[in-house]
Amino acid sequence: MSIFLEAIVTGILTGGVYALMASGLTLVFGVMDIINVGQGALVILGAYLSYYLEQTFHIDLFLGLLITLPLMFVLGLLIELFFIRPIKRDRTMLSILVTYGVALIIEGVLNLIFSANNVKLQAWYITDSINVGGFYLSYIYIFGFLLAVALLGALYLLLYQTKFGHSVRASMQNRVAAELIGINVERVSAITFGIGIALAAAGGMAFGATNAFNAGSSYDLISRLLAIIIFGGMGSLSGALVASLSMLVIEDVTSVLWSPVWASTVFFILLVIILLLRPQGLFGQAEGRKQ
Amino acid sequence: MSFLEAQGISKAFGGIQALETCSVSVEAGSITGLIGPNGSGKTTMFNVMTGYERVDSGQVRLNDKAITNLSPDKVFRLGIGRTFQLTRIFPRLTVLENMHVAAQRNDFKGLLSRWSSTHEQQRAIELLDFVGLTSLKDLQAGNLSFGQKKLLEFAFVLIAEPKIILLDEPAGGVNPTMVNYLADRIRKLNQQGITFLVVEHNMEFVMNLCDKVLVMHRGTKIAEGAPAEIRENPAVLEAYLGD
Amino acid sequence: MRIYKIVGLVLALLIALAFPLVSPNPAVTTVAVFTLIFAAAATGWNVFSGYSGYISLGHAAYFGVGGYAMAILCQDWKIQGGYSAFWLVPIAGLVAALFALPLGWIALRVRRHTFVVITIAMFFILQLLSYNLRGLTNGSIGLGLPIPIDWGGDFYDIPFYYVALAVLLLAIGISWWVRNSKYGLGLLAIRDDEDRAMGLGVTTGPSKLVAFIISAFIVGMVGAIWAYFVESIYPASGFDATFDVAVVLMAYLGGLGTISGPILGALILEPAQQYFTVEYGANGYYLIIYGALFLVIMLLLPRGIVPTLTDRWNRIQLARHRESAPPMPAMALSTGSGAESTDRKEEINL
Repeated sequence: MSIFLEAIVTGILTGGVYALMASGLTLVFGVMDIINVGQGALVILGAYLSYYLEQTFHIDLFLGLLITLPLMFVLGLLIELFFIRPIKRDRTMLSILVTYGVALIIEGVLNLIFSANNVKLQAWYITDSINVGGFYLSYIYIFGFLLAVALLGALYLLLYQTKFGHSVRASMQNRVAAELIGINVERVSAITFGIGIALAAAGGMAFGATNAFNAGSSYDLISRLLAIIIFGGMGSLSGALVASLSMLVIEDVTSVLWSPVWASTVFFILLVIILLLRPQGLFGQAEGRKQ
Repeated sequence: MSFLEAQGISKAFGGIQALETCSVSVEAGSITGLIGPNGSGKTTMFNVMTGYERVDSGQVRLNDKAITNLSPDKVFRLGIGRTFQLTRIFPRLTVLENMHVAAQRNDFKGLLSRWSSTHEQQRAIELLDFVGLTSLKDLQAGNLSFGQKKLLEFAFVLIAEPKIILLDEPAGGVNPTMVNYLADRIRKLNQQGITFLVVEHNMEFVMNLCDKVLVMHRGTKIAEGAPAEIRENPAVLEAYLGD
Repeated sequence: MRIYKIVGLVLALLIALAFPLVSPNPAVTTVAVFTLIFAAAATGWNVFSGYSGYISLGHAAYFGVGGYAMAILCQDWKIQGGYSAFWLVPIAGLVAALFALPLGWIALRVRRHTFVVITIAMFFILQLLSYNLRGLTNGSIGLGLPIPIDWGGDFYDIPFYYVALAVLLLAIGISWWVRNSKYGLGLLAIRDDEDRAMGLGVTTGPSKLVAFIISAFIVGMVGAIWAYFVESIYPASGFDATFDVAVVLMAYLGGLGTISGPILGALILEPAQQYFTVEYGANGYYLIIYGALFLVIMLLLPRGIVPTLTDRWNRIQLARHRESAPPMPAMALSTGSGAESTDRKEEINL
């Protein structure tokens, strides 16, 4: 029974971290109608940045976020400016391919700098654990989850309580109308993209603290993130949250009930099932007919 | 006898009531005009009639058979053709290829070549002749001017031999010579038995061409009658000048 | 113009047929085999994605299915290395096509952008399955394919070359047929404006699915040849994301939706890719260059080489045509210049 409980608890806690990474992805789609398939690579980049800060300067992982978050935010702005904004026609399709190119470059650079060896982030709260209801839970899972809660909470406040957030939500609903009422949609897009990448940095730290990783880990990661946002409904933040939590819990439970080997396959089977039943995802919008 | 009619259609988009128990009826063999100020719901009515929008309530009937909420391809196969305000043609295909897409027939010959029969190929060229686009038949449709695209759309709607054609602002954005040419083509086709329902803002075009005119305002029909009557109708004048 | 085209094609075919016999050394022939493999894969991919406009980024899945089908059949039917194994190639293709039927049907239920992502997800599912279904696929160790012992060092490449060429010619044939049939016209219409095509009676659902299956058949055959050529298959090699990227890149470089485009793209990129792998080997540089190449092509030449050149040619023709305008109803010609770009914004009547 306790392993069952452990699976659910870790599922929820890791789900929170995935929600953090997936939120950036779905937010960017909602505002800009583009799919950043480089999000996986950017998460790994964030993980490596935290790794570098910790190894070289011995900066605590969470404190290091104060550096990596702004850094990645700026990187996001630059990527948007140089690679996304020039795309004029066929935006969504080309953005997938362009961000893929960016992901390849990032992966290549990371591979060159850090080699293909697996690394893992170190800290006291990763190795120490606490006894919860009969099993041992590493502190990092709790801290990571709290980080996710804090950042997602901040995101929520930003979107619903600030003027900027209002502009973001307006752009999400109707780009043209938002422009007509004076919202600088380009600037909103750039900043949103930056936020998405900054969230990736945070998610990267949490991910790197709980998984061994190397430059090639991005493929598996992005495929999961994409599955999550489709499951939840593309463009929906609550969808990303619900999807992350449920999919991770189901995966972890499958892992103990059946086998770890099949757990990740189940993850994707869930995606296929939702597509059969409800192609737009849990909270997505059904496709109307174009006139 | 009413050939195509919409009875009591209501349709809302979010908080906006685009159509409110609106009824429109088109007689067989007529050229009927549908006018009204901007936002009166004319295009929505078209969309509802051709299956591009579902109704909240009401019925659409063709020859007294219900066709409400049928998908656009079924509506098309029943003999209702339609053009769009912003022409929807296939820009990367040539003019002639555009014609062949509209003439889709599911038979084996179609597996081997671009068109299903020499008859179809002939008809495509005939129709391009009819609208004056023959010399441009191998040009990429995306390179046509706006007016030429309208003619192309007109032509490929015709190749399916529809019994009624719904034209959404055929004269919009087009120069006066072309407008007259279009009116002429419509009259010729009408003489051959095709019914027309035309949405237009160009009053002269409507008044000179149509047998009967329906006026919509704020989602409902406020008047109908011969062009001359409509011109004098105070409700119509108010609708246009009022708000 | 036509006569030049035909002569050119015949010439190209003759060169292709004679190549291995006059090739300077076996390493070059090996590169040629890989190039043919990629050209066939790119052409097959294009039959679906290029014509319908639905970009599938998970087609490597069918490559893997074809490869594994080949390996498993060779094992179960105890096929020896040699010419007879090649008969299994079309069967492997059919297996891939069978997989494509349900997977394609599910994937095509969603709109274009989600479709792309679904194909990626399905690729990963199949990769995971190849890791997990150990009884069938031997897990991460992979399977070996029969080795033709009689084919000594220098000769080895030659049968593979001709079989790959045959598959490429088949793929070109299919691609050409689709392009010139009414069915293909329907696909192209779907690419331009799917809803309008549907509204005009094109059966969009079945059309797309059929193209998807045909394309999987071709790519599956390519996978089978490849697995036999490299003598082994394991999850990471059969289901290789970079293969997918390469094929997509080649098709885009050459020109999506054209017949010669993917082949041109393969002719340019595959030898380059082989060169880089030999010269640099290390993963890092390879990825960076590839990624940069991707960006350059997508941002600067998104339509590809062949369409851009064809367009230039057409514009020259158009200018020439308008200078000698034939007498015809003044109506159509007087309404516009005819050579306006498609990006022109049009008035919206609010």
